[in-house]
Amino acid sequence: MLTPTGTATAQGFLLEALQIRKTFGQTEVLKGVDLQVKAGELVFLIGPSGSGKSTLLRCCNRLEEPDSGTLRLDGTDLLAKATDINQMRRKIGMVFQSFNLYPHLTVLGNVTLALRQVMKMTRADAEARALENLELVGMVEKAAAYPAQLSGGLQQRVGIARSLALQPMLILMDEPTSALDPELVESVLAVIKALRDRGMTMVIASHEMNFARQAADRVVFLEGGQVVEAGSAEQMFTAAQHERTRQFLRQARH
Amino acid sequence: MDLLAAEFFNWAVIARVWPMLWSGLIQTGLLCLMLIPIGVLGGILTMMLATSRYRLVRWPTLMAIDFFRSFPPLVLIIFVYAGIPFLGVQVPAMGAVAVAFFLNASSYYGEIYRAGMKSVPKGQAEAARSTGMTAWQTFAFVTFPQAVRNVLPDLLSNTIELVKLTTLASVVSVPELLHSADLARSLTYNSSPLIVAAGIYLVVLWPLVRLISRLEHRLR
Amino acid sequence: MESWERFVFTFFNAEVAARYWPQVLEGLWVTIFAGVAVVITGITLGMLLAAARTLGWKALNVPILIFVDVFRALPPLAIILVLFFGLPNVGIVLPSLVVLWIALGAVLAAFSEEVFWAGITSVPPGQWMAARSTGMTFGQTLFMVVMPQAVRLAIPPLTNRTISITKNLALGSAIGVSEILGQANSALSMSSNATPLTMGAFLYVVVFAPLIMASRLLERRYSWGNH
Repeated sequence: MLTPTGTATAQGFLLEALQIRKTFGQTEVLKGVDLQVKAGELVFLIGPSGSGKSTLLRCCNRLEEPDSGTLRLDGTDLLAKATDINQMRRKIGMVFQSFNLYPHLTVLGNVTLALRQVMKMTRADAEARALENLELVGMVEKAAAYPAQLSGGLQQRVGIARSLALQPMLILMDEPTSALDPELVESVLAVIKALRDRGMTMVIASHEMNFARQAADRVVFLEGGQVVEAGSAEQMFTAAQHERTRQFLRQARH
Repeated sequence: MDLLAAEFFNWAVIARVWPMLWSGLIQTGLLCLMLIPIGVLGGILTMMLATSRYRLVRWPTLMAIDFFRSFPPLVLIIFVYAGIPFLGVQVPAMGAVAVAFFLNASSYYGEIYRAGMKSVPKGQAEAARSTGMTAWQTFAFVTFPQAVRNVLPDLLSNTIELVKLTTLASVVSVPELLHSADLARSLTYNSSPLIVAAGIYLVVLWPLVRLISRLEHRLR
Repeated sequence: MESWERFVFTFFNAEVAARYWPQVLEGLWVTIFAGVAVVITGITLGMLLAAARTLGWKALNVPILIFVDVFRALPPLAIILVLFFGLPNVGIVLPSLVVLWIALGAVLAAFSEEVFWAGITSVPPGQWMAARSTGMTFGQTLFMVVMPQAVRLAIPPLTNRTISITKNLALGSAIGVSEILGQANSALSMSSNATPLTMGAFLYVVVFAPLIMASRLLERRYSWGNH
């Protein structure tokens, strides 16, 4: 199912979204956005609310269908009719702002569901893999608990384990810590950092600027559905070229 | 007081007509066994049609749901019973009852399932789809189970209504419990058989009614 | 095709329709009248019973709960038959319309009590505290602060229930009430033709379909506050 095309592999981008456009009703939310992610990179998507960060991420795994543009994962055209999007989604993990854990399943059940239904693993294999990944995020003791019994931070960690267990090529995170109390944000960021150290490719839409300065490789500033500026984290935080970028970063710091 | 007892609690009469009541009870039990799955499953079908992406499927379904919900079930039963022979098929009264109940019950159950599906946050389906699950798998393992949990009291309550509705079959001479009891009443000129039948319904349904009340309070 | 013609002749016979329409139409007024009576008494009684439960007196609660459970569990047709055939034999003779009204009114009261009670218990306790702390009595708090909120919460489930129960008016035909089905049945046997039944069904749909759509609208209006 992976059919590499010449250009993508040559340039070495794991995820390539070019000129993505998306309109909801009357509003054009994405006006031709480019996002290119190399393997192992941690890309931060920043920008004011309503800038289209969330929509962009959801276009990347086709939870929203882009109106036009190109979308390639490791060379495979995700928008092609022949592509089995369900199998491709296995390779793209997603973590949500509101966690979206399945309340009627235990923590373990949350992680094993896709392993059994999408990857057709046996119960024993699925549970073993699930427990490994819960261990990675530090949630293995809570495997039998239900989401309602966990705090937000713990739920989000389970959410991360749920996508990790599928061994995706990259993980998209849509404001993973925005719904958490400040004390709980740290623990989730620690997990994200650990993933980064293990080489996981990630695209994170977030307001956590301090974390971005420490951990991000590249930063993309999105406003009004367009990329205002994109560059290495160091360059963006110290010497951004656009005034608007500098303005935004200044405000965000307070 | 004696008059009350002789009229409503006449053990002699009851002893005499008990066999009739018993066979009526069996009939009611069979009716329920047949009709409840018809309603529950028919409701799922109706719900899926009513939430279809295609307007041509959705609108007629919603109109049909409102139509069959506005039909008194008794009238529907009589209608189907009188009308089915014209389709060339000779069906026993039970068959007509089954069709009428299917039309009525699946509309009600369908509405309940629909409300249940609406109450599941969109994020659940998104999470499941984002892990590669197909629309079917998402429905079966993630959204539908939650929908059912959310409307369980309504589903149970509607099922109890179905059980009570079986008494309407007596009007088309299906020999269920109430029909047998009423027949016994007309044979003995005494209301005790009716009281016994009512008592049986109470004994079976009261615990369920209590259960629903408790479920409703817990889910609130 | 012959059976289709027979079908139309039996169910949609214009001649029979013209002759018996007035009779069936009479049933409509009886249905509406009885329906209004059942709804008003049933819902009012249900509200009063729910209000009485707030007092918390065991002596009141037990009979109320028994009443509510019994009339929620019994099939309406059974209640109607027991009252209709049994009461005369113990000396109480009531016209069948009254029996129908009592039976369905009691059933509606039982269901609406539960709905109102659920509404009352859903009103946050803070409301009681706020009102009492400004010196309002129990009764004032109940009727001016809590009940209005409870009623709003009760409207969606209540409209559904009420429509279900009033459809049971058709059962009146079993004890000789001249409502729609009763008239249709008698016209049916007089004419040996099922067209009156079609007319009756049509009338029921004409009465209830708007009610159902109105209740959908009511539900939507009063629902979003709930979540």
